[in-house]
Amino acid sequence: MSKDNPTLIESATFPRHVIAEIQRAAKTGIYDIRGFGAKREIPTFDDLVFLGASTSRYPLEGYREKCTTEVVLGNRFAKKPIHLKTPITIAGMSFGSLSAQAKESLGRGATIAGTSTTTGDGGMTPEERGHSKTLVYQYLPSRYGMNPDDLRRADAIEIVLGQGAKPGGGGMLLGQKISPRVAQMRNLPEGIDQRSACRHPDWTGPDDLEIKIQELREITNWEKPIYVKVGATRVFYDVTLAVKAGADVVVVDGMQGGTAATQDVFIEHVGIPTLPAVRMAVEALQEMDMHRKVQLIVSGGIRSGADVAKALALGADAVAIGTAALIALGDQSPEFDEDYKAIGSAAGFWDDYQQGNDPAGITTQDPELAKRLDPKLGGRRLANYLNVLTLELQTLARACGKSHVHNLEPEDMVALTMEAAAMAGVPLAGTGWIPGKNGV
Amino acid sequence: MATIDLNQSSIRELNEKLQVGSSGDNFTVNNTVGKHALSVGLTKDINVEINGHVGYYCAGMNQEASIKINGNAGPGLAENMMSGQVRVTGNASQYAGATAHGGLLVIEGDASSRCGISMKGVNIVVGGNIGHMSAFMAQSGTLVVCGDAGDAMGDSIYETKIYVRGKVKSLGTDCEEKEMKKEHKEELATLLEMAQMNYSVDEFRRYGSARKLYNFDIDQVDDY
Repeated sequence: MSKDNPTLIESATFPRHVIAEIQRAAKTGIYDIRGFGAKREIPTFDDLVFLGASTSRYPLEGYREKCTTEVVLGNRFAKKPIHLKTPITIAGMSFGSLSAQAKESLGRGATIAGTSTTTGDGGMTPEERGHSKTLVYQYLPSRYGMNPDDLRRADAIEIVLGQGAKPGGGGMLLGQKISPRVAQMRNLPEGIDQRSACRHPDWTGPDDLEIKIQELREITNWEKPIYVKVGATRVFYDVTLAVKAGADVVVVDGMQGGTAATQDVFIEHVGIPTLPAVRMAVEALQEMDMHRKVQLIVSGGIRSGADVAKALALGADAVAIGTAALIALGDQSPEFDEDYKAIGSAAGFWDDYQQGNDPAGITTQDPELAKRLDPKLGGRRLANYLNVLTLELQTLARACGKSHVHNLEPEDMVALTMEAAAMAGVPLAGTGWIPGKNGV
Repeated sequence: MATIDLNQSSIRELNEKLQVGSSGDNFTVNNTVGKHALSVGLTKDINVEINGHVGYYCAGMNQEASIKINGNAGPGLAENMMSGQVRVTGNASQYAGATAHGGLLVIEGDASSRCGISMKGVNIVVGGNIGHMSAFMAQSGTLVVCGDAGDAMGDSIYETKIYVRGKVKSLGTDCEEKEMKKEHKEELATLLEMAQMNYSVDEFRRYGSARKLYNFDIDQVDDY
């Protein structure tokens, strides 16, 4: 029903944004490609709450009693596992989708906060290696920029089988962002619409993956932790197979995970939310007696220390943030509202990362726009944000009486909705009921 | 000349010895029995002769080294090779030379499917035939085939050049036959000579990208 005219009733099946998309498709003949992550409402960590300590358990004093946050990743087989001060890492985002300044900012911020950052499709830039104390090198189907020297320069290797925004899909970088430097790094003609392969070129299944991991370990002297990243779909089986293949760390990325450019239909309709993905991954690890032996990193829609705490309480060892990190750098800032309006959007709504005309200068290869982001300032903002997340995480852990954030457990939480109770495997608040458990 | 017997040494011990070898060193590897990840991650111009069949990813990410395999090679031979030379006297399984950036890969026998997939600058010379979907999404470099090519050769190809002496069963999307000019004959002659393949360049045809898929075009929708 329209506010201005109560006789006008908007269709639930064909609301205005659906009508607009049909009209756009008819006009252009191409599916909607955009960045960001899923925008639809789905069950999230917001649907869980912590049961703070009271009579039966006692809390820890904030600021006085220690609640440690250090995490070790990759100590299953790697000679040099990664030690982080906080369990909040920066997810893989490519140079190409992001400017060199943005990559540098991520490295600076992560380093100040004592955590790792990650390369992306397109290879490792000297800027991000130079400014990232701990850098995870992604091994992707396209193998753009992949070379053994960078493999040895990395602190860990992340074999990417999929990402939450598009499990089953490959990377995409449209012509306007294939600048001379990006083209040179990817060995592609300038200005083409680059569609990366969706699966690796030299293996076809988990048994092959085991041999691929062996090869990468042999090339890097068994020093580097090997992560395997999957988009959240059949999480139980995927995690089981990754562990069987020899992963040190498994990364599970839920459907809220962001992307630089993908078909909207992919972002909104493929994959499962992060909430059930964590539980399924933990169940797989527990069934193999590998929980805490193979570390679990969870990503997709992590925004606050509460999200981090809930992911950890469900059994994750660490989380990764992508979209939130870009927002911390300045993405969606009201400072650029006029510029957002000029390109038909607004601060807080903009999702056309693929266009390369980012007013905040983050998701662009335009040198003038990219100058808008000062890497030192961006790094400081990101470090501040990571520190806030860590403080929030500690606040919640202390309230539950935990001296290490990994001591958070599912029993510390209840769900506010039946859906979340079923997905997370914790009881509906005020009941002992977990839908789906005990055959109910 | 150092000899490494894989009945006595582990794969780790083999690769460690090869990886720390000095320029000009010669190594012989025996009793491979199809083991995986042999002679990977080498960085110096050493010579390695492998006697026997090898499994997956032999010579993976090679830099500078010359590696000769007297036998057949499993999947992913010389994957992501950067430089140097890899030669196999027998046949190679799937994805030979996948994503390789440089150097020369010579397969004296046949190569299976997806030979040269996503190749990024390597030169590959195959004495026999290649399987289906070879040079899929091949970005740059040159693939020379002295025998026949299977289905969908060069599908979604970028700037790689392909020379085929025999028949091509079918071309993949956006791959087309191109004129064989003087510079192409010269390039092919050089590669054949380097690979020690004795054929006349006049017997070959050249294939490459039609470049119709480089930017989205709704009128090419059936090709996507």
